[in-house]
Amino acid sequence: MLFGGVFSLMAVGLTLIFGVMRVVNFAHGDMMVWGMYLAWLMATRVGLDPYVGFLVCAAALFVLGFVVQRALVQRIVDAPHEMQILLMLGVALVLENTALLLFGPEPQRVRSGLAQATLWLGPVFVDVARLIAFGVAVVLTLLLSLFLFRTDLGRAIRAAADNTYGALVIGTNVRRVYAVAFGVGAACVGAAGALVSPLLPFQPPTGLQLSVASFNIVIIGGMGSLLGAFAGGLLVAVAESLGAVFLRPSLKELVSFSLLVVILLFRPTGLFGRRTS
Amino acid sequence: MIRLLIVAAVLLLAALPLLPSVFGSYAVTLFTLIFFYGFLGQAWNVVGGYAGQLSAGHAAFLGIGAYTSAVLSVEKGITPWVGMFVGGALAAALGALIGFLGFRFGLRGFYFVLLTVAFAEICRIIASNTDAIGGAVGYYITFTGDPRQFQFQDARAYYYVALALMLAATGIVAWLEQQRFGLYLSAIREDESACEALGVNTFRYKMLAMVLSSFLTGVGGAFYAFYLFSLQPSSVFGIPLSVEIIIRAVVGGAGTVFGPILGSFILSPLAELARHYFAQGGWHGAHLIVYGMLLIAVVLFLPEGAYPRLARLFHR
Amino acid sequence: MTLLETRGLSKSFGGVHAVAGLDLTVSQGEVLGLIGPNGAGKTTVFNLLSGFLTPDAGEVRFRDRSLRGLRPHTICALGLARTFQIVRPFPRLSVLDNVVIGALGRHAVAARAREHARAVVERVGLGAKAGQAAAGLTLAERKRLELARALATEPTLLLLDEVMAGLNPTEISGVVALVGEIHRGGVSILLIEHNMRAVMALSHRIVVLNFGETVAEGAPAAIANHPRVVEAYLGEEYVHAAPPH
Repeated sequence: MLFGGVFSLMAVGLTLIFGVMRVVNFAHGDMMVWGMYLAWLMATRVGLDPYVGFLVCAAALFVLGFVVQRALVQRIVDAPHEMQILLMLGVALVLENTALLLFGPEPQRVRSGLAQATLWLGPVFVDVARLIAFGVAVVLTLLLSLFLFRTDLGRAIRAAADNTYGALVIGTNVRRVYAVAFGVGAACVGAAGALVSPLLPFQPPTGLQLSVASFNIVIIGGMGSLLGAFAGGLLVAVAESLGAVFLRPSLKELVSFSLLVVILLFRPTGLFGRRTS
Repeated sequence: MIRLLIVAAVLLLAALPLLPSVFGSYAVTLFTLIFFYGFLGQAWNVVGGYAGQLSAGHAAFLGIGAYTSAVLSVEKGITPWVGMFVGGALAAALGALIGFLGFRFGLRGFYFVLLTVAFAEICRIIASNTDAIGGAVGYYITFTGDPRQFQFQDARAYYYVALALMLAATGIVAWLEQQRFGLYLSAIREDESACEALGVNTFRYKMLAMVLSSFLTGVGGAFYAFYLFSLQPSSVFGIPLSVEIIIRAVVGGAGTVFGPILGSFILSPLAELARHYFAQGGWHGAHLIVYGMLLIAVVLFLPEGAYPRLARLFHR
Repeated sequence: MTLLETRGLSKSFGGVHAVAGLDLTVSQGEVLGLIGPNGAGKTTVFNLLSGFLTPDAGEVRFRDRSLRGLRPHTICALGLARTFQIVRPFPRLSVLDNVVIGALGRHAVAARAREHARAVVERVGLGAKAGQAAAGLTLAERKRLELARALATEPTLLLLDEVMAGLNPTEISGVVALVGEIHRGGVSILLIEHNMRAVMALSHRIVVLNFGETVAEGAPAAIANHPRVVEAYLGEEYVHAAPPH
């Protein structure tokens, strides 16, 4: 359930990217997996605990997102949606299989001192690691909101999201705004990956499952609404936990995908979001 | 200039049936795969290229066709020559379901892609968990070499079957392109609402495209099963296979008759090269990196695909 | 004979009554002009008539048949065709192929449809550009293409949505002549237009819309000086302004 916080962070990242640029980031889950692998690298090579190292992961993924947007996505901003989908699919393929090439197919997990500890919180037995992950995720989301609503750059991003042409007219450097937004979205997911890396065994194919989870959340919460994404994250986490309780573990994925189908068919205008036509 | 090109193409076409006598077994295999994936790419082309409904889950149809024909043959002794059509029909049924859900519920673009991926993954997971068809370990077919059971001792027979499939699919697409069906699909891809205003029942035509595409892919599944003799849910229903299918059409030229074929001629050798080069790793993901980069490159620099660009080059 | 009839047609978006209880008739052989300020609800009416929107209330009858619940393609097949205010050509298809799509609704065999389409393309004056991709056309040419496509569906009633918008005076004259010719060919027309000269020249009757309801109705000459029309377009202050000499 505390996973919900991390899910929300993932979802917020995806929403940022979609909300601003109307680009669906198929590579979202794969970026998160890279966040996980980076955290793993730092933990094993440098001895940096992921609960500190997530900042590095966030920074690295920011750069990745920024570069991907600037170098690739920006060129096809006006192209039909199918092209954008194919592009991000290509990026996803490259990310996932480069990870496979570099790190091998075996599942990994990050060892963190904190991951072993547990805590009694009232009547409930709680994992310190999950608690920290949740906490950090919430803090990051709050920081993100502050950024978007209080800083100039954040406001520029929101303006560009609402009305690109208008933003251009008032002199916003829209290309830079887009790249930053994409970078921030990727950073969110990089951080989320690092935070979750001690809790979840991961391997390159995990990328797809994470992408699907992100899409589930974002579609429920309404594409383009950050608050919706956050709430959606919590909701989906609950649903999946329930599913895991009642079904064979190997079928847990089935729940995700079936949930996705149902959400797609009956997708609400979003809990808080706006439907894009 | 264009006449020269046509002559060259006809010569090549005429040469294809003769090649196996000249080729060594490696070349025969390579070409068989080129034809087979060209066939699959062409099948996808109907709904993904012409109708513009991007499906990233076509492996689902292949998998259903493969498992159906395999199980029917092994358990019931029904020859795959019949089984392939049963498989195709079942695949078409799933295609109809996905199409119905997608089009009735107004799923376009990205949402539709997700729907197709979800269904493919659901199929994969169900297959992995169904022990009756081998579960995650896979389903195996014993090789008997009996042509009546769609098994051939000589690899060259597969070459001809694959070639026939590819030519058949291409013939169908070439014919349909000039009929109302094909013309409507091309227009639907451009602007659905404008089509509706002109009297086009867009739902019906998208459904037809989906059913045809999934049927053909399902038939291809039978070939796959009786060429490889082992089926694993992760390979047969997996995204990598869906990507293999899409990329041939996209790179070669989605929405054109020769696109998927050209794409296959470009990609299969490329994949083989990548596989060889990275063989030391002992795993086969490297060619997917190449695919990914190729997809990116095509989208950025050659969005209509190789064939239209080449055609224009030769028009001058 | 009444071709098209609406009774109490209504549609709201949120709290806004885009169309409020509209009663409209178009008779066979008539050219009806629909005018009104921006936001008066005119295009919404077209969307309701052609099946792109479902009415909240009211009836639409075409050739004595209710259009309620019918999809746009069915309505087109019944003989009611429309153009779009912002033209929507199929950019990668040729001019001819664009029109063929319309023609295929009446001629299932592609070759026959192509013949018919060619004739229509000539008729609207795009014969020279028949093989060119629609994306490369000028605005005036695209408007003609839009018209040709709708014409190819062999409609009984044609809804034209601001077909003159964005054209220069020469182009407008050309389109006015074309529309007149189409009408003489036996097609009834309901047109939304801002260009007053064109409306006056073409219409037998004019309906003025504002805030989703009919504000005035009658022959062109009567409408031109109708106080409520002046009020609708220019505001109350001008109703009593002295006419120019």
